[in-house]
Amino acid sequence: MTTNGQTGTDTVKVAILGSGNIGSDLMFKLMKQPGHMELAMLAGIDPESDGLTRARDLGIGASAEGIKAVLADPDLKIVFDATSAYAHVRHAKALREAGRIAIDLTPAARGPYVVPPANLNAHLDEVNVNLITCGGQATIPLAYAVSRVTPVDYAEMVSTVSSVSAGPGTRQNIDEFTFTTARGLEVIGGAKKGKAIIILNPADPPIMMRNTVYVMPAANDIDEQAITDSVNRMVADVQEYVPGYRLKNGPLFEQRSTAQGPRTIVSMLLEVTGAGDWLPPYAGNLDIMTASARRVGEVFAQKLLAEATTTEVTA
Amino acid sequence: MKAPLITDTTLRDGSHAMRHQYTLEHAKNIVAALDKAGVPVLEVTHGDGLGGSSIQYGFSLVNEMDIIETAVQTATQAKIAALLLPGIGTRKELQEAVARGIKVVRIATHCTEADVSEQHFGMAKKMGLETVGFLMMSHMRPPEFLVEQAKLMESYGADCVYVVDSAGAMLPHQAADRVKALKDALSVEVGFHAHNNLGLAIGNTLAAVQAGADKIDGTLRGLGAGAGNAATELIAAVLDKMDLNPGVDVFGLMDAAEFVLAPVMPFQPIPDRDSIAIGYAGVYSTFLLHAKRLGAEHHIDPRDILVELGRRQAVAGQEDWILDVTLDMAREKNGA
Repeated sequence: MTTNGQTGTDTVKVAILGSGNIGSDLMFKLMKQPGHMELAMLAGIDPESDGLTRARDLGIGASAEGIKAVLADPDLKIVFDATSAYAHVRHAKALREAGRIAIDLTPAARGPYVVPPANLNAHLDEVNVNLITCGGQATIPLAYAVSRVTPVDYAEMVSTVSSVSAGPGTRQNIDEFTFTTARGLEVIGGAKKGKAIIILNPADPPIMMRNTVYVMPAANDIDEQAITDSVNRMVADVQEYVPGYRLKNGPLFEQRSTAQGPRTIVSMLLEVTGAGDWLPPYAGNLDIMTASARRVGEVFAQKLLAEATTTEVTA
Repeated sequence: MKAPLITDTTLRDGSHAMRHQYTLEHAKNIVAALDKAGVPVLEVTHGDGLGGSSIQYGFSLVNEMDIIETAVQTATQAKIAALLLPGIGTRKELQEAVARGIKVVRIATHCTEADVSEQHFGMAKKMGLETVGFLMMSHMRPPEFLVEQAKLMESYGADCVYVVDSAGAMLPHQAADRVKALKDALSVEVGFHAHNNLGLAIGNTLAAVQAGADKIDGTLRGLGAGAGNAATELIAAVLDKMDLNPGVDVFGLMDAAEFVLAPVMPFQPIPDRDSIAIGYAGVYSTFLLHAKRLGAEHHIDPRDILVELGRRQAVAGQEDWILDVTLDMAREKNGA
């Protein structure tokens, strides 16, 4: 823990691993809205990377030594990993052994999935948490908003992102997006079965990130008002940390035919406009990842500070 | 000019018009007739490919894997193919389809996004499948652009790359230019898949054949999304008249269309008002029935919905945007 002498507020030192687009966007978010965090390092592996130059220009410690640099400074208590699933497997082990908290933005999933307004509080004792996928961060809250009112048999999400905002990682591992997101709809979203679909749209100018969530409750006769209220509350909760999160249409309740006869379907159509911190506003898919990461980091930082205070009192 | 190989996709593209309600009996009868008439490849999958059974696209009445297995058991000479759209279907469904006996996989991406298919081509080749790349909505990009995307698919392991006119929006010279550009640039085969929204399915298919297409697609009675596809029995008759019959029984296909498929078709796809709008606006043919249903439910002209989807540059698979556009229009209309 460090005490910021100038403002007098307690903060926790944090680091970002990965100096690419996601790492850079997160860096700008932590500069703009540090909360109880002090971004002390951006660590990459390419000394020539633009991200490291940007960090230096902003007066943030920059290192091309990657995880080594992060491990060398014991004050870096919370580490955001914006590298790759492959690299995170190794990072997760090293960070755990060094007693650091890892917030994983890759699909590696070494720790439990978290979606801040749904289940973050249940995982504050973990040392590694995973942010699932961008589409998962956008849609799982709404599946959860329905399942906390009425049991859900099936939840399906369709994420449409602009082609220019889908990097090579997403493109070469598109199956992983669908597997991971579908699992998140089940584990956190509360659906017995989840399904995820992702579409890349090359329209010019680029489209904003769009997500559609369809939920099939176990019963056909449901309390529409209670579901609508729950969904609206959830949208407001997500907007607290993702200002560009908007329910564009729905919840719409309709009957659709299925192999098991007519069923009630709840449809919710979302748009996510990025904050434009570093990446352009159409990259809402990347913005919601970094915004969620910042939120998770902030909650962990507050918890560490509270523990430190308690320790001081009892010591 | 050489005779092109025909792939029949009545049991895949036709699934859209059937609202995915094919039964095992349908599959058995259709496969038996096409197989007997000498069609060498039959595509059997949910209309939106493996894993397409969903709220977004419509649930299958019968599990597509069971339909695939029935098709495989029924066919004596024809190879059974499946369609896979990365982002909708995954390697899990592909593995299952292989276990059920498919020999060919057709991997489809939007015509600008071929690089999402690398993983799937790699896996399909490893499993010993014949592989076909499908560049959907090819009318949206010029020939030289499509060549670059087709080369990516070739480099991933495609044995053939198709120019796919998903919107039925191409004119004959546009189909020919695209096929010819791919023929000139690739060392693998080139195919063409037509839709009849502007009444040009057979004309465009012939233009593609004249430009050198090695493979072409058809469906019995043209049963498919939008105004349907090039009718397999028509392709056969016309190719035969051109002395390009690839070895199919023309009368047998005419009988299959008339006596096997027609009695179970819910309607005969034709270039009606809304289908022409799809070809004219250049939107995905599959949007037709969704736009008709939502338009009726929300009292909005389906043609207006389809034209707006074209303006928003919607691509294959974006059926949720039909609902979005409809709700936006309904709100505007009601002045809310």
